[in-house]
Amino acid sequence: MSSSTFYTSIGYKILMALSGLFLMVFLLQHLVINSMSVISPDLFNEASHFMGTNPVVQFLLQPILIFGVVFHFIMGFFLDIRNRKARSNSYEFNKPAANSSWISRNMVISGITVLAFLAIHFIDFWIPEINFKYIQFLPEDPTRYYHELHEKFALLPRVIAYVIAFVFLSLHLLHGFQSSFQSVGASTNKTRLTFSKIGNVFAIVVPFGFIVIAIFHYLTQH
Amino acid sequence: MKLTLKIWRQKSSIDKGSLETYPISDVSEHMSFLEMLDVLNEELIEKGIDPVAFDHDCREGICGMCSLYINGEAHGPDRRVTTCQLHMRKFKDGDTIFIEPFRANAFPVIKDLVVDRSSFDRIQQAGGYISVNTSGNTQDANSIPIPKEDADTAFDAATCIGCGACVASCKNSSAMLFVSAKVSQFSLLPQGKVEAKDRVLNMVNKMDEEGFGNCTNTGACEVECPKGISLDNISRMNREFLSANLNK
Amino acid sequence: MAKLNSGVPKGEIQDKWTQYKDSINLVNPANKRNIDVIVVGTGLAGGSASATLAELGYNVKTFCYQDSPRRAHSIAAQGGINAAKNYQGDGDSTYRLFYDTVKGGDYRSREANVYRLAEVSTNIIDQCVAQGVPFARDYGGLLDNRSFGGVLVSRTFYAKGQTGQQLLLGAYSAMNRQIARGKIKMHNRHEMLDVVVIDGKARGIIARNLVTGEIERHSAHAVVIASGGYGNVYFLSTNAMGSNTTAAWKAHKKGAFFANPCYTQIHPTCIPRSGEYQSKLTLMSESLRNDGRIWVPKNLEDVKALREGTIKATDIKEENRDYYLERRYPAFGNLVPRDVASRAAKERCDAGYGVNQTGEAVYLDFSSAIMRYGKEQALLKGEDENDLQLVKKLGQDIVKSKYGNLFQMYEKIVDENPYELPMMIYPAVHYTMGGIWVDYNLMTTVPGLYAIGEANFSDHGSNRLGASALMQGLADGYFVLPYTIGDYLSDDIRTGPISTDSTEFEKAESNVKELLEQLVNNKGNHSVDYYHKKLGRIMWDKCGMARTEIGLKEAIKEIKELREDFWKNVMVPGQLNELNKELEKAGRVADFLELGELFAKDALTRNESCGGHFREEYATKEGEAKRDDKNFTFVSAWEYVGEPSEAKLHKEQLEFENIELKERSYK
Repeated sequence: MSSSTFYTSIGYKILMALSGLFLMVFLLQHLVINSMSVISPDLFNEASHFMGTNPVVQFLLQPILIFGVVFHFIMGFFLDIRNRKARSNSYEFNKPAANSSWISRNMVISGITVLAFLAIHFIDFWIPEINFKYIQFLPEDPTRYYHELHEKFALLPRVIAYVIAFVFLSLHLLHGFQSSFQSVGASTNKTRLTFSKIGNVFAIVVPFGFIVIAIFHYLTQH
Repeated sequence: MKLTLKIWRQKSSIDKGSLETYPISDVSEHMSFLEMLDVLNEELIEKGIDPVAFDHDCREGICGMCSLYINGEAHGPDRRVTTCQLHMRKFKDGDTIFIEPFRANAFPVIKDLVVDRSSFDRIQQAGGYISVNTSGNTQDANSIPIPKEDADTAFDAATCIGCGACVASCKNSSAMLFVSAKVSQFSLLPQGKVEAKDRVLNMVNKMDEEGFGNCTNTGACEVECPKGISLDNISRMNREFLSANLNK
Repeated sequence: MAKLNSGVPKGEIQDKWTQYKDSINLVNPANKRNIDVIVVGTGLAGGSASATLAELGYNVKTFCYQDSPRRAHSIAAQGGINAAKNYQGDGDSTYRLFYDTVKGGDYRSREANVYRLAEVSTNIIDQCVAQGVPFARDYGGLLDNRSFGGVLVSRTFYAKGQTGQQLLLGAYSAMNRQIARGKIKMHNRHEMLDVVVIDGKARGIIARNLVTGEIERHSAHAVVIASGGYGNVYFLSTNAMGSNTTAAWKAHKKGAFFANPCYTQIHPTCIPRSGEYQSKLTLMSESLRNDGRIWVPKNLEDVKALREGTIKATDIKEENRDYYLERRYPAFGNLVPRDVASRAAKERCDAGYGVNQTGEAVYLDFSSAIMRYGKEQALLKGEDENDLQLVKKLGQDIVKSKYGNLFQMYEKIVDENPYELPMMIYPAVHYTMGGIWVDYNLMTTVPGLYAIGEANFSDHGSNRLGASALMQGLADGYFVLPYTIGDYLSDDIRTGPISTDSTEFEKAESNVKELLEQLVNNKGNHSVDYYHKKLGRIMWDKCGMARTEIGLKEAIKEIKELREDFWKNVMVPGQLNELNKELEKAGRVADFLELGELFAKDALTRNESCGGHFREEYATKEGEAKRDDKNFTFVSAWEYVGEPSEAKLHKEQLEFENIELKERSYK
C-alpha cells in the first residue's frame, strides 16, 4: 500500500472508521469487565488486576489504545475543519433535518462531549492508577480495584455527568457504528439495514450498561 | 396564489450577493417552479429590473442543468424530482420561498442562481470512461454476456444526471455520490474492470483536488438525489478504492 | 452556386459505402496533428464526432451552450435505438431496416444515405457496449430488444426509458477521454454566432462566451454543425428550452442550403398545455398506445360539463364516447403512425371536443386494458373473475409494471391519478426532419462546412420512425463523418494554422457585435418571450399539423411583420459583457423569426402531403394524406438570398432504384 493512499478523502475516512471500530471493541471489553463489578467484586478485582499488571496489556495494548483515542479525536477535528472549508458561504436558509439525522450531522458535538468526559474519566481513574503503579511504585494490592470504583460513584454530580456522557456516546455510536461499515466498503444495500440494526443495539446496550453500573454503585452506598 | 420569494441575487462571481424579496401573485398550482420564475422574470423585465438568472434546459428532469436550493433543500421539498419538475401545488398561498444557488466552494456562483459545475466534468475527465476507440471494430455486443442483475445495477448507477444536488445537500459538500455512481457503473461491467484500479484512484484524487469535502455518511445526498442514486455506490467505491490500493 | 451534387457513389447499394471508403483520400496520422476541426454541439452526433475525430488525431475544438457537454438534448430521448442486429432471429436485416426507414419517411429520403445508416447501425451497438453503456439485458445476460411503431421486427435496443441519456453519456465519456489527452478543447457555455468563410471555404466560427460576454474568434480547417433541430420555432415543443437553430441558420446565411424545413414531426402522446405560462411540453413514450384507447366525448354537452368540472371522464357512458382512431382506422386503430394519430386528435379538438380547459386534449384510457389484464390474472391465479374490484386491482398491477414510470411522471405533472382517470394527451412538436442540406459526405454546399445529426436533413425523409434519431446521430458522428471529412481535409495538409486576423474574421466579428449591440440597446417594450410565443402561435396554427395555402401565405406575411416589430420593439435587459440569458434568447428568437418564414414558404411550395407535411388541399376524400410522386420526389434545398421568403429553390431529384414507391394506408 502506498504512503499516499491515506492522504485522500477516502483514505481519511477509512482510517476514521477503522479507529472507530477499534474503539468500539475496546468499549465492549471495558463494559464486560465493569459489569463484573455488579456481579462479583472478586471477579472484578481479578480481571482488573490482570489488566493492570499484565505487561502485554500495559505496555503494548495500552499505548495502542491511547494512540487510537488520540488519533480518532485529532482526525475527527481535522476532517470537520476540512469539511467546513468546502463551503465558505453557507446557506441563508437551510433545512438539513429534511434529509439527514441530527446525530449524523453532529458527530463532532457528540464527540467533544465524550472527549470532555474522557478528561474526567482520566482524572478519576487513569491518573490515580498510573500514579499508584508507576510514580509512587506502591506495592501491588489485588483487591483495591473494587473499592476505588465503588467509592467514586458516591457523588451524585459525578454520576449525573457519567450518565450524560454515556447518552452522548450512545448518540455517537448510533451513527458511528453503521457509518464505519459503510466507510470501509463493507455495507451493501442488502446489508446496510442489518449493520444499522446491530449498530442500534450496540449503541444502546453498551452505553446503557455503563449507566446501569454507575447507578448501581451510587444506589448501593446510599 | 400569492407568494413571497426571497431570491439570492449576485451580479457576478466576484460580487457579494444578498437575498432580495419579490412578491408574486396569480401563481397557478399547475405551474412548474421554473415557470413561476419565468412569470416573475417577465414582470421584472417589464419593470426594468434585471431578471433572475438561473440554469435550466430540458425541463423534463433529465439534463441535470437546473439546480436551485429551495426552502433549504436541493430541488425543493418534493422527492425524486428536479427543480424543473417541481410543481407549485407543493406550496401554499401566502408561503415565503427561499431560493438560493447550490453552494459549495467547488461550485462557484457565476451569477444569481447560476453556478459553475465544471469540477464535475473534470472529475469525469480524470477517468470516467472506458479506453476504447470508437472505430466500431470492437467485438460483437453479445460476445460477453452480463448478468442481468449487474447490468441493472450498473444502469441504476448510470442514471445520475450530474446536477450536483448531492454536493449541495451534503453538509460537507462532498461529491462522493456523484463520483461513486460513475465508478460503480464501470466496475460492475466486464468492459470497465480492466481500468478499474486506475479509474477509482484518479477520480478520487481529482475529486479531492477540486475542493469537495469528505463523506461522513449522513445520507442526505441519497434522500435529495432526484434520480435516487443509492448509497450503495459510495460503499462500493470505498471498497474499490481500498482494493485498488491494496493491489497496487 | 453550383448545381446540387449529392455525390452518391456508383455501384450496388450494398457496396456503395464500402467501396467509397476504400477509394477516398486519407490524411496520414502525422498530418492530422496539424489540422483543426471545430464541432458545434455535443449531442449524440457532435459528441461522438468530437471524440472520434480526436482519436484519429485531429485537434478538435468543441462548443456547446450548456454548462457541460452531457446536457445536450439527446439526453432526453426515451425509447431506444434501432440496429439491424437480428439478435431475435425474427428476419431482420440491413435491407429491412433500410426499407422500413425509407417507407416510414414516406419516400422522401436519399436511398444511399439510408442504406449506409442501416449498414453501420450494428457497429453502434457493439461500440456502445464496449464503452460501458448499460443496455437492458435478459436473464441469460444477452441484450434485450423491444419493438417500436411502424415495423414488423424487434430491433430496438434500450436502457429502460433513458436510452438517450445512456448513449449520450457514452459519447460524453469518449469525449472526456480525449479532453484529458488534450485532443479536444472543450468550450462550455459558448454559443456559435457565425461561420467564417474564407475563399469559399469554412475556416472558423465566431462564438460568444456566455459567461463573460466576450466575442471570440476560432479558426479551423473544417467546421461541423451538430446543433440539433429547430422544433423550438413553435415555442412549445418537447425540445429543451435552449435548443435553437442559430448555428444552422447562420450557416445557411453563409451559403449552406437549407433542405425541407417544413418536415416536422408532431408526436401524438404528449402531456397537454395547462395554461398560458406553459414553457415546454413533455413527451410520453409512444409505447402507451399499445394498451391505451384514445377517445373524446360524442356530445358537446359532456365536453362542456367536463371543462366546468361538473363531471369526470369516468362518468361518461361507453356509448357516449367516440373512439375516433378505432372508428376511422379500423385496421390499425390506436396504433396508426405518429403523423396520422396527431392529425386525428387535432381534428377532434378543432371541432370543439377537447376535454380540458384549453380545449386541446384527448383521453388516453387504460381502463379496458386494466380490466383485460385483470381478468387474465384472476383466471391465472384462480380468483373470481367477476369480482370487479379485485380484477381492477390485479389489472392495475400489470399496467404499473409495464408503464409505471410514465404513469408516475404524468401524475407528478398533471396531479391526477392515471390509474383511476384516463390520461389527457395532445400532440406536440418533437423532431424536425428538415435541416441543412448535405451531400453523401455530410458536407453542406459550403466546402469544409459539415452538418450531422438532427441538424442535417438527410436520412428520415418527411417522417422519422421511432428510435431512429439516436441511430442517425451516432452513425454520423462515430462512423460516417470521421471517414468522409478526411477526403476534404487531405487537401489541407499544407495549409498550416489558420490565422484569425484576416478581414473575414474581422468582418464576421464586427457583424456579430453590431447585432448584439442592436439587441441590447433597443430598449423596446416587449420581452423576447412575447415574440417567441407569438411566433409559436403562428407556426402552430398555420404551419402545424395541417397546412393550407391561405394559411401559409398569411403565416409568411405575419412572421415578416412580427420580425419587423421584434427589431423595433424588443426589450433585452442587462449588458453585453455578462451572463445575459435574455440576450441569448433574443439572438435565437431573431433566427427563428427568419427560419419560420422559410418554413412556411417551403410548405407552400410543396403541393402534396407527405409524412410530417400535410396540406389540406392534397388529401383524399377521407382526409388522408395524398403524396404526389410525379411532381415532388425531390429535396427542396433553399439558398439564402436576403429575405427568407425570397430564398431560391434548388431541387435534388430523389432516385429510387431499390425501393418501389407505394402509397401508405392504415385503414
